[in-house]
Parts: sequence; structure tokens; C-alpha cells
Amino acid sequence: MAKIIVVTSGKGGVGKTTSSAAIGTGIAMKGHKTVIIDFDVGLRNLDLIMGCERRVVYDFVNVINKEATLSQTLIKDKRTKDLFILPASQTRDKDALTIEGVQEVLEALSKEFDYIICDSPAGIEKGAQMALYFADAAIVVTNPEVSSVRDSDRILGILQSKSKRAEEGKEPIEEHLLLTRYHPERVALGEMLSVSDVEDILAIPLLGVIPESEAVLKASNQGTPVILETESEAGLAYTDAVDRLMGEEKPFRFLEVQKKGFIKRLLGG
Amino acid sequence: MTDSGFQLKGSVVTTILLEIRSFSLEGIVTQLEQKIAQVPNFFNQAPIIIDLSKMKRGIRIEEFEALIQAISTLGLSVIGWRCDPEALPVWHAQVSIALLPASKARAINMAPVSSDEVSPDVVVKTVVEEKRVPQATKVITKPIRSGQQVYAEGDLIVLTQVSAGAEVLADGNIHVYGALRGRALAGVKGDTEARIFCKSMEAELVSIAGNFMLSDALQKIVWKDSAQVYLTDEQLEVVPL
Repeated sequence: MAKIIVVTSGKGGVGKTTSSAAIGTGIAMKGHKTVIIDFDVGLRNLDLIMGCERRVVYDFVNVINKEATLSQTLIKDKRTKDLFILPASQTRDKDALTIEGVQEVLEALSKEFDYIICDSPAGIEKGAQMALYFADAAIVVTNPEVSSVRDSDRILGILQSKSKRAEEGKEPIEEHLLLTRYHPERVALGEMLSVSDVEDILAIPLLGVIPESEAVLKASNQGTPVILETESEAGLAYTDAVDRLMGEEKPFRFLEVQKKGFIKRLLGG
Repeated sequence: MTDSGFQLKGSVVTTILLEIRSFSLEGIVTQLEQKIAQVPNFFNQAPIIIDLSKMKRGIRIEEFEALIQAISTLGLSVIGWRCDPEALPVWHAQVSIALLPASKARAINMAPVSSDEVSPDVVVKTVVEEKRVPQATKVITKPIRSGQQVYAEGDLIVLTQVSAGAEVLADGNIHVYGALRGRALAGVKGDTEARIFCKSMEAELVSIAGNFMLSDALQKIVWKDSAQVYLTDEQLEVVPL
């Protein structure tokens, strides 16, 4: 049986798809057969971030409607062995997803894969609820600002009340906090919430802190998961997060303001 | 998203029993009005059962339906009626409200309403069957998240936090052994003795029996510290613990 992990947030633009792509890639790099499903029907983005938009023929909705088989639809990643992408439909909307349809697809994928990453759309409506309904674990992506934290709190409530595990009274979904776009300088100035502020409000274990980095935008535009950018802090932070997700203990990095050297300051870098 | 959209459960509720000794529509309505005027909040939309088992003479269905109508107009909610099974009127199946089985009602003798004014042929006695049923305390072990609402019929104990945008309500006291960042309403059924206790007061709103205070005011008294909230003479008191 595969482990189903939903990447969710409530708020939009916090880095769900970026994180899904990075974490999915990271897990596959460890040799686990992984598929990332784009649940954002109508606003398909995962294929862009993964750099496979030109290879999309069929999509998730086609599979649910039995217009295509899974093997026809799954896109094999060219860079990472053991990694597949199930793209969303761009021409349909969230109503095309049905609980039975999603369940059938997840059950079929469970037989072949070790990990299923569900990239949730923003919001708390049907699309987001479909993405989290069958999850075993959740990665809640949050930016260090109040509205994002509030929305994450809301989605945590939904995870504990409207998921299949909650409805069946099973062991609750395991929750992980992923803090993205973290800016230690702005935290020091009091313009952003600190890691401990967010942990205090959400009260769930911290999976990782991804520093704000130009590498993220650059990687997205190039269609490369940022975890493959091993020179960048964001890439390294995602690698740490995947290690922690797999149960390893890793110290948190990139949380402090980096002291700039004399030459760096001279160059304004 | 389960197969069944509902769950059937048994429940015991406190209701008012209107025991009718002899029937006179105007007399009953007048006396009830006086009673309601004394404690309007208690009677507002309160469920009520009409008991005919102490009636000396029979009553016609038109009279009975008129009584139900009159009581509803007074702002009470008639949920059923009850009658001596030996003397069940022939029209009992035509009544629009439920016929309830007789029970051993525990009569609480309330002070008679200014008895000298009462017309001698009408005696209405209000019987409160269960004055206060002790309700089990509800214990919540997980954080109550934004958008969630938890209600307890007795006391409510939250072992973790109540997030901003969440709401906790209880007929009795509320204890929060974490940060109280959302709204907390104790004594929602009017219990002025109810209190709120929390380990860190960061609430958006606290209320006891309808008397509330917002975070702006709270911040000036106790903030991010343990506190209790209680009511004295309709005045909300917030004090550090």
C-alpha cells in the first residue's frame, strides 16, 4: 500500500506546487516509486514546474471518466527515476472530480507506487477536500505571515474533521508543517512571523523551513524541481525536509540572519 | 462523505410541563403571560408539554387546538401532550402534536401567582420535570482550529489551544489549558454562575450568559497570561489567575 501525502495550505501562492514537485522528487531520489497528482483541475501548474507540459496528452479527469488508462496518462519524469506525474485537466473544473472516481484512481496507483503526493488546489472547497480526503499524511505549507497561518489553521481543522480517516474514526492524519518563503532578515526586523511564532499558533511538528530564494523562481521558470538545485539554500532545505519526512533527524538550517562579509557588503551582494 | 447523511441518537432534554387542572382558555393565557413576564428569557421558545391527566372534565379537540395555538403565540414551543391513558379522548389521533407517554413527573411547587387574583375555577401549575440535568463534561484533547465550533451541554475542557477564528460554547464552564485565541462563550443557556478559565488569555471574545467582552478590552486587563472570567451583577470580571 502506498502512503498518500497531501500538500495543502488553504491559502494560494504559498508554494504548494513547488513543494509537491520538490518533495515528490526528493522521495523518488531515495528510490521509492512516487507519483505526484495535480488536483488543481482547471489551473494546471504542476506539469510546468516539473517541465513536462509538452508531454501532457491525457489527464486526471480523463482517467476518472475512463477515457484513458492510467498507464497512458502517467508521465514519467525524465530526470528522476521512479518519479511519475499525473497532470490535471486545464479545460475542466473541480466538479469533474468525484469521490468514487478519485478513490478508484488512488487504489489503482496504490498497487504500483510507494508514495502518492496529492498537490492540493488553494481554498477549502471541493477540490481541496478531494485532495485531502484519502490522505495518510499532510504537509501544510505556510508562509510566515498571519493570513497564511490562519488559513493553515483552518485546513488543519478540515484535515481532522472531513478526511476519510476522521470520518471512519481511524488514527488521524499525521501533520507536518512546512514553512516556506522564510526571510530571516525580515523576521529579525519584526516584519515577518518567526518559526517559533508559527509553531506556537499551529502546534504541529515542523518538517522544514525553506528560505526565500531566487533559485525557487528560477527553477520554476525552467521547469526544474528546486530540490535538484543542490547549490541553492532552498534546494538543500527541501532535501532536509524529505529526510525528516523519511524519519531522519536533521538540524534546521538557514534560520539565522547570515552575517555578510566585508567584500560581500562592498559589492552590495 | 459517508454513505449516511445522518445519525439517529437518543437524547434527554429538559422541558416545561403545563399541567392543566381545569380548562379556561383565557384564564390559562393570562396566568401564563404573568409567569412569562417574570422570567422572559427562561420561557423564550422553551419546549413545553401540555399535560391533561389532571383534568377533571373532558375537553373538546377545538378547545385543545386553540390552547396549543395560544401557547405558541406566547412564544413557547409546544412539542407534545400527555394524557391519562385510561381517559384518552376519542380525538387523540387527530392532534397535530405528539402524544407522549405519562411519566412520574417530579412536581416542584412554585409560589402560586398572586393567588387572590386567580379566578377560582382555573388553576395552572407549572411543573418542571427536571430542573437541571447534570450534563457530562466534554473533554477535547486536540487543538480547536479556526472555523471549528465546539459546544458542550455541561462543562467544556480543552487540553490544548483554541485557535483564532474558532468558537467554544458551553452551558457550563469552559477551561482551556492552552492559549485561548478564539471566542469562548460560557453559560450560553443563561447560567450566570458559569466561568471561563484559560492558561493564556488571547481571546477575540469572551462571554458569560450573554455578557461579552472583546479583545481590545481584554488586552488592557490580562493578556497572554492565565486568567479567569466570571460575572458579578451583570458585569464581566476578568482577573489573572
